[in-house]
Amino acid sequence: MTTKLFGTKVPRVEDQRFLRGQGRYVDDLLHDDPRLLHAAVLRSPHAHARIVDIDVADVLDVDGVLAVWTYDDLTGPMAEPLPLLIPHPALTHGRTQYALAKDEVNYVGEAIAFVVAVDRYVAEDAVARIRVDYEQLKPVVGIAAARAAQRTVHDDVPDNVGARLEQENGDARAAIAAAPHALVLDLDIERSACTPMEGRGTVARWDPDTSRLTVWSSTQTSTGVRGCVAAKLGLDLAKVDVITPDVGGGFGVKVVHPWPEELLVPLAAMTLGRPVKFTEDRREHFISSAHERAQQHHVEVGFDDEGRLLGLDVEFWHDHGAYTPYGLIVPIITSTQLLGPYKPQNYRVVFSSLYTNTVIVTPYRGAGRPQGCFVMERTMDAIAAYLGKDRTEVRSANFIQPDEFPYEHGLVFQDGRELTYDSGDYPASLAKLKELVGWDEFEDFRAEMAAQGRKVGIGLACYVEGTGVGPYEGAHVHIETSGKVKVATGLTTQGQGHQTAFAQIVADTLGVRFEDVEITTGDTRKMPYAVGTFASRAAVMSGSAIHLASLRAKEKALRIAAEALEASEDDLEIVDGVVSVKGTDAKIDLGTVAVLSNPLRYAFDEASKAATQFSVGDPGKPPVDEDDEPGLEGKDFYSPPRSTFASGMHAVIVETDPDTAEITILKYAVVHDCGHLINPMIVEGQIHGGVAQGVGGALYERMAYDESGQLLNASFMDFLMPYVTEVPTSIEIDHLETPSPLNPLGIKGAGEAGVIPSAAVFAAAIEDAEGFPITAMPISPSELYALRLEHADNSFAG
Amino acid sequence: MKPAPFAYLRPATLEEALAALAGEQGAKVLAGGQSLVPLLSMRLAAPSMLIDINALPDLGHVTTSHEGDATGVRVGALARHAHVLASDEAAEVQPLVRMALSHVAHPTIRNRGTTVGSLVHADAAAEMPMVLRLLEGSVDVASVRGRRTIPAAELFAGPLESTLAHDEIAVEAFFPALAPGAGVAFEEIARRHGDYALVGVAAHVETDGDTVTRARLGYLSVSDVPVVVDVTAALDDPASAALAELEPVDDIHATADYRAHLVRVLTPRVLAAATDHARSRAGEAIPS
Repeated sequence: MTTKLFGTKVPRVEDQRFLRGQGRYVDDLLHDDPRLLHAAVLRSPHAHARIVDIDVADVLDVDGVLAVWTYDDLTGPMAEPLPLLIPHPALTHGRTQYALAKDEVNYVGEAIAFVVAVDRYVAEDAVARIRVDYEQLKPVVGIAAARAAQRTVHDDVPDNVGARLEQENGDARAAIAAAPHALVLDLDIERSACTPMEGRGTVARWDPDTSRLTVWSSTQTSTGVRGCVAAKLGLDLAKVDVITPDVGGGFGVKVVHPWPEELLVPLAAMTLGRPVKFTEDRREHFISSAHERAQQHHVEVGFDDEGRLLGLDVEFWHDHGAYTPYGLIVPIITSTQLLGPYKPQNYRVVFSSLYTNTVIVTPYRGAGRPQGCFVMERTMDAIAAYLGKDRTEVRSANFIQPDEFPYEHGLVFQDGRELTYDSGDYPASLAKLKELVGWDEFEDFRAEMAAQGRKVGIGLACYVEGTGVGPYEGAHVHIETSGKVKVATGLTTQGQGHQTAFAQIVADTLGVRFEDVEITTGDTRKMPYAVGTFASRAAVMSGSAIHLASLRAKEKALRIAAEALEASEDDLEIVDGVVSVKGTDAKIDLGTVAVLSNPLRYAFDEASKAATQFSVGDPGKPPVDEDDEPGLEGKDFYSPPRSTFASGMHAVIVETDPDTAEITILKYAVVHDCGHLINPMIVEGQIHGGVAQGVGGALYERMAYDESGQLLNASFMDFLMPYVTEVPTSIEIDHLETPSPLNPLGIKGAGEAGVIPSAAVFAAAIEDAEGFPITAMPISPSELYALRLEHADNSFAG
Repeated sequence: MKPAPFAYLRPATLEEALAALAGEQGAKVLAGGQSLVPLLSMRLAAPSMLIDINALPDLGHVTTSHEGDATGVRVGALARHAHVLASDEAAEVQPLVRMALSHVAHPTIRNRGTTVGSLVHADAAAEMPMVLRLLEGSVDVASVRGRRTIPAAELFAGPLESTLAHDEIAVEAFFPALAPGAGVAFEEIARRHGDYALVGVAAHVETDGDTVTRARLGYLSVSDVPVVVDVTAALDDPASAALAELEPVDDIHATADYRAHLVRVLTPRVLAAATDHARSRAGEAIPS
């Protein structure tokens, strides 16, 4: 047998290309095509206004401008609102925007007009010449204003509430009333955003000779974009190809589709008969792509002397921005994943999803979980503080135990299925984490630092993450006559290392060399049935599908090889692309098997002569059996009954400067359980990236809207994404592997995990250092300083 | 994020550049471009012409002189921050230049951005304008009308506004040398490494033996121009004396209160460090 690649740290093969600047992103495509046109968008400068008039008369005078579109130029399905992608019965007042604003704008950045010109410079010059007469309306900015509902975002949503959803298991309020102890907490999380290195971008080319549209988009779902483009432009699906080239990060924002430009670019390409490109710039990304995170929570909790939860009642308000294209996914995830690894005896959760005159809110890595984790873990810490217990003891008292899986919470998850955890071992994770961070030795360290006049704190946070949601993914494995293996799966890749991880699976399952496997993702020409890359689902869904498709290809290879070698299939093995009869010299290359799999009339080279009609086959039978197909291929789909639940725990030791209130990370530890690891190096990379992004969300990043709805920090100068100098220089990682029983590889998703507990763990550590509650995140030194003054005043008054 | 149309000129001589600038009211001078190019791209500035001075000869120097009134560091208009930062001679003659430059942005920006460009950009959150002001340096400017020297005290007119006339190009900055018995120190607090500081403080202290004879502090980001405060008479509470001259304001990164607090934290620290520096240099100068 060859060495098994599954589970080993195979270096990412894609990095050579990316690090040498050889990646091909949307903006790189067709760049030397002299016919290529460029688009720019006029965006609303107001958060809330009626459009009285749009005057584009001056635009077409600009030399180099080819066309301009406003809402009035759109017809048919293009003139209808954009799709509400994920409807839900509780979303009683769902609203989506138009590709170009009709009558009203509801956030700064909303698309109003679309200009196509010979280059982006000219297109922007032209945009500056469009005159719009606005009647300004008072905007609703922030959750407090949305709840107060003194003004509304949409006239026909009088209380700004798009949806209200309640779920309950048991009787939480009665349990709290009867509990020996009870606490009330009010908690806040602010807005942030994915901010991938590459913004959105779309290129489209209409081929009049074949009446075929090709769209390249920087998306997390090429099949989703394809469906929308075909429907909106009135094209048969078979006439539309959507291809996802290299994508410079997504983190959720690119799963939203269709963005207005994803429709307008193809429309312009068809109308003008020339290829058209739109490349979003950074300011546009801040003000017109999606944000996330902002929620306010009110928690009531009842517990016993051990800190065991008896009843948990959570009400929260979720800011979903101006429209609801992605339905209720984020608040549903918050409301269900808030529970983490714990089993409250009685749980009630109710949320209101609110309109505000700000950018839409859709999933951002973690997708509602960071907020839920923050709320649950703050509650655990509050209980521990109230009872004077170690924070790990209170958590231990509430863990679902390893023998309780599958564990049913009696709630409905984001995929419309029961919230049932498949597997996990939370006590083992906690034991590893305490060891890794030095939990039991921390008080000595605190004393040592205090002696030097330094202030330190430790915090921990636990999470469970539903990963690998359905409905399905598929894979097609094709062994060519060269012996090379071409694999297609439909979901997209935005930096995860799928070429490496998926090729590891194929190499192991099929018995071929890793280098001979080529993976294609996100190309609807190769795999038209697919969902997308989000919700930590690619490894689970496509990884499983690729495994299953590889098994099918292998089955066929063994059948044909057995005939050729006149041996039993049971005696064959495939190693490094060679099928051999175990223990003998008899063997045949997979490439030759591929030749034999395809009966030919015409030989196209030396090798293929072996498959021609006078060389092969039983003349008494059809060349291809009734239940067979030509070619050495395997195709299969994987569709799970429900999500797999990965889990993990983070701990951090921080130092808070007694003078400047600056917060420094001294140690960061992660215990992570995503079932079997395909490639530990890639999983650790995901954790590193997630932690870095989490540090940003906890200590640096926010969306600074002023009361008029202007985003004051719409650039990387003022939106403080951490530099490498702000993230921990090392992250201690330990893995636990509790396999999932739901898929053939026993794997769970890993993409989002690193970011989920950040707000919770930093709040805990800062609270531990400072000695007063931290109830709102993110936190800056300026805010920590203000809290110090407030609590100094309080203690003085007390 | 593409600039509005502009004419572009890359003159080969200073005379040519000055003539072009004098002849075009809407022209802007391009050196390192680290502030100007983002402004152009965001269309916050739309000059009719860019006069790119990067091809001009003899402006890339970082030189030091050790004699008379002219003792100090001379930095040409095309000397990049990285070049100035790397100059051991400059750091020896005036240590504050290197102390402050190490806080200016990031290596990639310092490789392109010019120190003189930063001075005339006159950002009150930038390090070098405040340093020039604290050191009582100057900038030499040229125009078709001739040359003149603008003392730092007269260089900064307001937020992002220098006193250069439209037709003038800054050709050289002069940072006076650190006198024997004097010391300097610099510290700033920024949200991220290399960002504009929330508050930055530099100190320049002159001593005579153990006695501080003159103490001055420079502040950035707590007023709309770089501010220098003489605290010689307020050594018992220099921060209060400084705050009387400063105008910290709220922004999205920090409150005015927090900035004032940082002034109180940093002022005594930086003053003490500069005093120690002065004493250590006095010790070096007169070996016992």
